[in-house]
Amino acid sequence: MKSGSVKLALYAYVLLAFIFIFTPILASFVFSFNSDRFPSLPLGSFSLKWYVTIFSRPEVMEAAVTSIIVSLASSVLATFIGFCTAYTDYRYQFMFKQAYLALAMLPPTIPLVIMALAMLSWLAQIGLSGQVISIIIAHTVLGAPFAMAVIRLRLNDMDPSLEAAAWNLGASEWRTMREVVIPFAMPSIIASLCLTAAVSFDEFAVAWFVSGLNKTIPVVILEILQGNVDPQINAIGTFVFLISITLIIIAQALMFKGRKEVSAE
Amino acid sequence: MASERRIDLYACCFRAPLLIWQSLFFVVPLGFMFIMSFWLVKNYRMTPAFAFDNWAKMLFWEVMWRSYGYTLGLAALTTAVASALAFPAAYVLAFRFSDAARRWAIFLLIIPFFTSYLVRVYAWQVVLAGNGVLSAFLGWFGMEPVSVLNSPVATVVGYMTLSFPLVLLLQTISLAAIDKSLIEAAHNLGCGNFRTVFAVLIPAARVGLIVAALFCFILSFGDFVSPYYLGGSSPPTLSIMIVDSTKSGQQWPRAAVIAVIMIMTLISIAFAAVTLAYRRRG
Repeated sequence: MKSGSVKLALYAYVLLAFIFIFTPILASFVFSFNSDRFPSLPLGSFSLKWYVTIFSRPEVMEAAVTSIIVSLASSVLATFIGFCTAYTDYRYQFMFKQAYLALAMLPPTIPLVIMALAMLSWLAQIGLSGQVISIIIAHTVLGAPFAMAVIRLRLNDMDPSLEAAAWNLGASEWRTMREVVIPFAMPSIIASLCLTAAVSFDEFAVAWFVSGLNKTIPVVILEILQGNVDPQINAIGTFVFLISITLIIIAQALMFKGRKEVSAE
Repeated sequence: MASERRIDLYACCFRAPLLIWQSLFFVVPLGFMFIMSFWLVKNYRMTPAFAFDNWAKMLFWEVMWRSYGYTLGLAALTTAVASALAFPAAYVLAFRFSDAARRWAIFLLIIPFFTSYLVRVYAWQVVLAGNGVLSAFLGWFGMEPVSVLNSPVATVVGYMTLSFPLVLLLQTISLAAIDKSLIEAAHNLGCGNFRTVFAVLIPAARVGLIVAALFCFILSFGDFVSPYYLGGSSPPTLSIMIVDSTKSGQQWPRAAVIAVIMIMTLISIAFAAVTLAYRRRG
């Protein structure tokens, strides 16, 4: 009896932790369909007016286009850099490898507001600030460590003798890369594209600093938050959430599938 | 093996992208920011210089140190609260859940990273405001309405929104990795559940727990959204000061001074944390 109630209390505690985590996410979803400008309980009536509002604002649509361009370009660049780094770590031992890997994994440990200031001042110095390309450059830096981590995890499952076998059969290193390594890593490459696109799609601090007039969606949200706040934030947020979560589910499914294939072999 | 000394073009091609990109757009910007902290602003224009004016101004500015103490204190408080609150939940997820259930829980814990932090902070504004959801909820139970907004408590709630899922995730993973036979051994030796946690689990998962706390601290220390939109920015945190002096004040060099001070603080704390994590048990 006693252990039963302890067990119940423990499970209730976990539930409470998840309620804390999901309260803001669910609240913003619910309020995006709520008519009140200053939402509270009890809820107002069901309404789509915040969705109508965002679709009637050209700057939101422009920001959506910028966001999509930025996340596509930076995910491709970050995944390319991440793949090269992961492969280097997988295959080679060399001097200063620790420093090389530190360089690869360090960016997420620097607060974004500091990254933003550093990026802004440097990009302004070399004449690259205030453009779409500025955001792409910055998001590539932020995304590359995640790309590297995801792809490295997959390469872990690759038997080192696989490459050696291809070389012995007369394939060059480049051909082996093209026909053995890349196909093997493909699920993780696509997962990395999704993951880094999602990172870029949500990032606001660096984008806000370096973007100038080319706003992305999170920058627009930040500006609404600074000015006349209203629940259209929730409507935009719901869209962003749907896009990001789709990307993440694809990424997770691919990684999971990859692992299952390996364990089946 | 004979060709090992030769420059290997293939290997270089894979090594180069990271080196080039992260040097040019990560290391150099941070280095440049440090250099810029010695520059001067004249007539709203930055001019290269090697002057200690910005450093002197910031280091002897009382407001800066009050903000520093406030930021450090709130980040430390958040780290302690988040770590302590997450631990029992991580324990249950690691030891009382089946593998499949734990995978689902971990999946759920990843979701928050991909929902806009700004949108979640706005949702907390709505929930915590004086006439907001929380007050209405308390009203149903006949309690007085509360306004938590614009207080340090609201800031901590905001910081936790950012860091709690990560802390819970990292703690769960590090606890789940503990060899279960260690726990059985402790039980066989007559160690109760409670004592097992403190004598066996926490020491065994120490590295993971400290890394989780460190990330929590880094995230809270650097965040400018929660202290501004939930905490009311009084006093401003260091990150708010960076945003203000960059965005409206045109005082990039002074912002750079604050950024360098923050980085040095983070490096010291990270160093202390790593030392603590890998210290030999004495």
